[in-house]
Amino acid sequence: MLRVEGLETAYGLSQVLFGVSFSIEAGQVVTLLGRNGMGKTTTVLSIMGVVPARRGTIEFDGKPIRGLPSYRVAQAGIGLVPEGRQIFPNLTVRENLVATAANRGGSSDPWTLERVFDLFPGLRERHRSFGNQLSGGEQQMLAIGRALMTNPRLLILDEATEGLAPLIQADIYRSIVRLKTEGLSILMIDKNLKALSVIADGHYVLEKGRVVWSGDSAALSGNDEVKHKYLGV
Amino acid sequence: MRAHAQLIFWAVLVAALALLPPVVGVLHEPFYVELVRRVMIFAIAAASLNLILGYGGLVSFGHAAYLGIGGYAVGILSFYGMNSGWLQWPVAIGASALVALAIGAVSIRASGMYFIMITLAFTQMLYYLGISIEEFGGDDGMRIKTRSQFSGLIDLADPVASYYLVLVLMFGTIYLVHRIARSRFGMVLRAAKSNEARSRAIGFSPYSYRLCAFTIAGALCGLAGALLANHTAYITPDFMHWTRSGEIMFMVILGGVASSAGPLLGALVLLVFETLLAGWTEHWQVILGPLLVLSVIFFRTGLAGIIPGAGDE
Repeated sequence: MLRVEGLETAYGLSQVLFGVSFSIEAGQVVTLLGRNGMGKTTTVLSIMGVVPARRGTIEFDGKPIRGLPSYRVAQAGIGLVPEGRQIFPNLTVRENLVATAANRGGSSDPWTLERVFDLFPGLRERHRSFGNQLSGGEQQMLAIGRALMTNPRLLILDEATEGLAPLIQADIYRSIVRLKTEGLSILMIDKNLKALSVIADGHYVLEKGRVVWSGDSAALSGNDEVKHKYLGV
Repeated sequence: MRAHAQLIFWAVLVAALALLPPVVGVLHEPFYVELVRRVMIFAIAAASLNLILGYGGLVSFGHAAYLGIGGYAVGILSFYGMNSGWLQWPVAIGASALVALAIGAVSIRASGMYFIMITLAFTQMLYYLGISIEEFGGDDGMRIKTRSQFSGLIDLADPVASYYLVLVLMFGTIYLVHRIARSRFGMVLRAAKSNEARSRAIGFSPYSYRLCAFTIAGALCGLAGALLANHTAYITPDFMHWTRSGEIMFMVILGGVASSAGPLLGALVLLVFETLLAGWTEHWQVILGPLLVLSVIFFRTGLAGIIPGAGDE
């Protein structure tokens, strides 16, 4: 579904990615792991076309998407839940969900307000509140809901549980599991190895802009060296 | 509760404006009908600017251009003996929309300071064009001998009849802008205002939405221009002077950006103060200026934010 090959990205003179390669198959949940500053978010922003990639291949459904403006990448079917949530503060919860909703892929069972409220019941009660009146957890749910309303075939979650209380985190993880069982492909950046090894099928560990290890959850759980050396646990 | 306060606010506003002509008729103060009619014409211009400035975040410093185009459309057609309002007003609105489309197509690609300067530059070009065409009065402007004719349905030379026409058109414009802002189109516009990069990353390029809003705003302001020409029975390049653009912008900010009542409240307060102070001293700007600065400092949400029921939900 998504194939990234030899991706190189730089901010001005400082190169951040030195040939990142990984892939996601349809229906899979894959994670990008690594300490802060290793290039996880830059990888995601390069895929989305928010930050221009210098070299490498990015293919979505077999079609090259590198160099496309970000709205074209989104229209191709990739939904990004960005780090820091970035919901629209001057729109209500309902408006945040409806404003950019689309079904460009022609999904037979598209996301609706009802389905989003069903996934995140807390949002239903607050549908008239403005984005800046929500708690961090509610904002996060709204950010996920907003991405789902574009009916993506690949959902990218960048630090979707960062800074949230453990109970709220558990809610978010549960919703991700539910999305997975519904067949959505997901790329996750997250720090909670325990939760990730339950949810995800495959993992890629980034170190200084390169993939230094990849494998499934069982391999990761058994590999203390990788966990210690690259993830600091 | 809030919806209740809003209902009362708008009911009082509509009633007060509708009852003004008979009341001042009894008091033999026809001047106030003229003043409030002017306020309402500028409220249309300010409401149209609010669509792009308040909801779209496009700080256009050239909105008076469309006041001028609307006014000159009426004036020039009248100069050539075409006095039908059925012709003049659609031309005023259509020409303003076309010019807005052209100016917007160039300026919206730029952002921030560059957008402000480009919109200002275009309007200055139109201003000097108005000055240079001697046939239509040049610098001095031109008197409109016959106001727009609507097949005898309404006589715009009658101050009260034209007052009510402006009243209806103003509330119509305010309602239209309100509906646009809350439509899906308006949501995207507001989303792009708060976070342009984000609205791109979610699959929307704001350019076409902004250009469309810019064109609608120009068209509505063109209507205000046609009304203003009929109000004064006179057109001059001053319709398009940059201070006029600043005045309209100030009405929006003073009244409250991105609120339905803001443009009307801003136009009302600014023009009434201007008139009162001008009657008192010829150096009225020295007093009005600091008052405006203070109002912006202390009422960040504008007048709509401090009057119960005037703010939006």
